[in-house]
Amino acid sequence: MAVKADRDKCIYCGGCTAVCPVNALTLKETRIECDASKCTDCGLCIKFCPVGALSKVKKE
Amino acid sequence: MRFEEEYDVVIVGAGPGGSIAAREFAKRGLSTLVIERRQEIGAPVRCGEGLGEVWMKKAELEYDPTWCLQEMRGAVLYAPNGKPVKIPTDNKGYVIERKMFEKKLAAQAIREGAQYLVKTQVYDVIKDEKGFVAGVKTKGGLLGARDFKAKLVIAADGVDSQTAKYAGINTFNPLSEVDSGYEYEMAGLKMDDPHMIHLYVGTEIAPRGYVWIFPKGKDTANVGIGIAGDNQQTAKHYLDKFIASHPEIFEKAGAYEEKGGCVPVGAPLEKPYADGLMIIGDAAHMVNPIHGGGMGTAMEAAVIAARIGAEAVSRGDVSEQALKPFADEWFKERGEQLKRVLKVRKFFEKLSDDDMNYLADVFINDTDLLLRFSDGDKFSSAVKLFAKHPKLALLAAKMLV
Ligand SMILES: Cc1cc2nc3c(=O)[nH]c(=O)nc-3n(C[C@H](O)[C@H](O)[C@H](O)COP(=O)(O)OP(=O)(O)OC[C@H]3O[C@@H](n4cnc5c(N)ncnc54)[C@H](O)[C@@H]3O)c2cc1C
Repeated sequence: MAVKADRDKCIYCGGCTAVCPVNALTLKETRIECDASKCTDCGLCIKFCPVGALSKVKKE
Repeated sequence: MRFEEEYDVVIVGAGPGGSIAAREFAKRGLSTLVIERRQEIGAPVRCGEGLGEVWMKKAELEYDPTWCLQEMRGAVLYAPNGKPVKIPTDNKGYVIERKMFEKKLAAQAIREGAQYLVKTQVYDVIKDEKGFVAGVKTKGGLLGARDFKAKLVIAADGVDSQTAKYAGINTFNPLSEVDSGYEYEMAGLKMDDPHMIHLYVGTEIAPRGYVWIFPKGKDTANVGIGIAGDNQQTAKHYLDKFIASHPEIFEKAGAYEEKGGCVPVGAPLEKPYADGLMIIGDAAHMVNPIHGGGMGTAMEAAVIAARIGAEAVSRGDVSEQALKPFADEWFKERGEQLKRVLKVRKFFEKLSDDDMNYLADVFINDTDLLLRFSDGDKFSSAVKLFAKHPKLALLAAKMLV
């Protein structure tokens, strides 16, 4: 499970990483990385994002 | 630039907290390294850039025209019905240029002997055989993957702090206890008074939060919003709506910068330290939960942490017990007050627009009390003011004890 940030919208504020309960998200200067092995698809980060840049990664 | 393998103190994060701590440790002769993820200290900005002069004094910072852009002499609070409540104050402040401010703080620390390593991410802590935090692991930047040993590590890495989590401390922020913030820096605004900050409240305007206009000049300002983190709509949605509904201010305005971020507006971390580790600023949720200001509190905590931390390092004891006085002192100086402010925030968030309009009418005759009340003080005088309003009286009796 994972989320992805739309890089056209993301302002890399890192807020999503602050509300992730399992520490799956990391801000790398201008890029949000999601550790799919930790992400539980809880959606908190998506709800939080001030600009609506995050979404769930659809499974194949 | 030569970097050592071991320092007395390693500080993660070069925000206001990290750089003031660095200056204070270095000043006491401790070898100090600051590690910062960003390639440019100061940018991007995640802030409304409002800073009271009292905080500058606490951090021993002089007025500096390169970053103290516009003097503020108070606030105008707009009730949901649009009625303005003017709140002048003698405690002046500035809207600052944070990009410059953070660089100047880093420069001060460097002059005192601290070293800085930018564009470098801390991704784990090193623990020694006793389980004490004893350094950090980095990647990226000029040096690539490195281990830096330290007698003491300071986590000043902001609201998204991972350092404390790597050390096993839970700094998780529930959505209800954060604000989602979004902001434009704009020019071409028409402002009545560019020496006052302008605040707009209302459940439709900014659910559990407010819109701010912090002037940076005659017609330039930070125009931002903070709303509860668990709101269905984005912060940007509400801010754009606000701007569209105020043509009298924004008709000729345009944005030249977008900013945003997360503000930890819950309770401060109860235990901002562990063996070999101190946590300061946003990383320990040391933020005023009503207005979300955290630069001043981060710097104040940095000053205390550096004094206690430096003593601990020179005595060769960085155990929890040795670092605990930092938390004791900080809670006495600020933490207890912030906990009372949190009660006021929780009280305010129960109010309907009508309640807020009523309060504006009541407080307009005693704005000094409003200031003190929102600072977590004068609960009983404020509660007396609500006596004629059954809902508010009941809420106050329940929530402001
Ligand atoms: C929209 C918004 C508006 C605000 N408005 C105001 C205001 O008007 N006035 C005010 O006083 N406060 C305001 N705040 C709050 C204020 O910005 C913070 O409280 C303040 O920055 C806290 O300082 P700090 O030093 O603790 O952390 P920060 O300033 O966040 O600094 C942390 C630093 O650590 C770095 N870092 C993080 N992780 C790592 C890592 N793993 N490795 C290396 N480096 C790392 C970051 O890049 C950053 O530079 C606002 C916040 C937001 C989001």
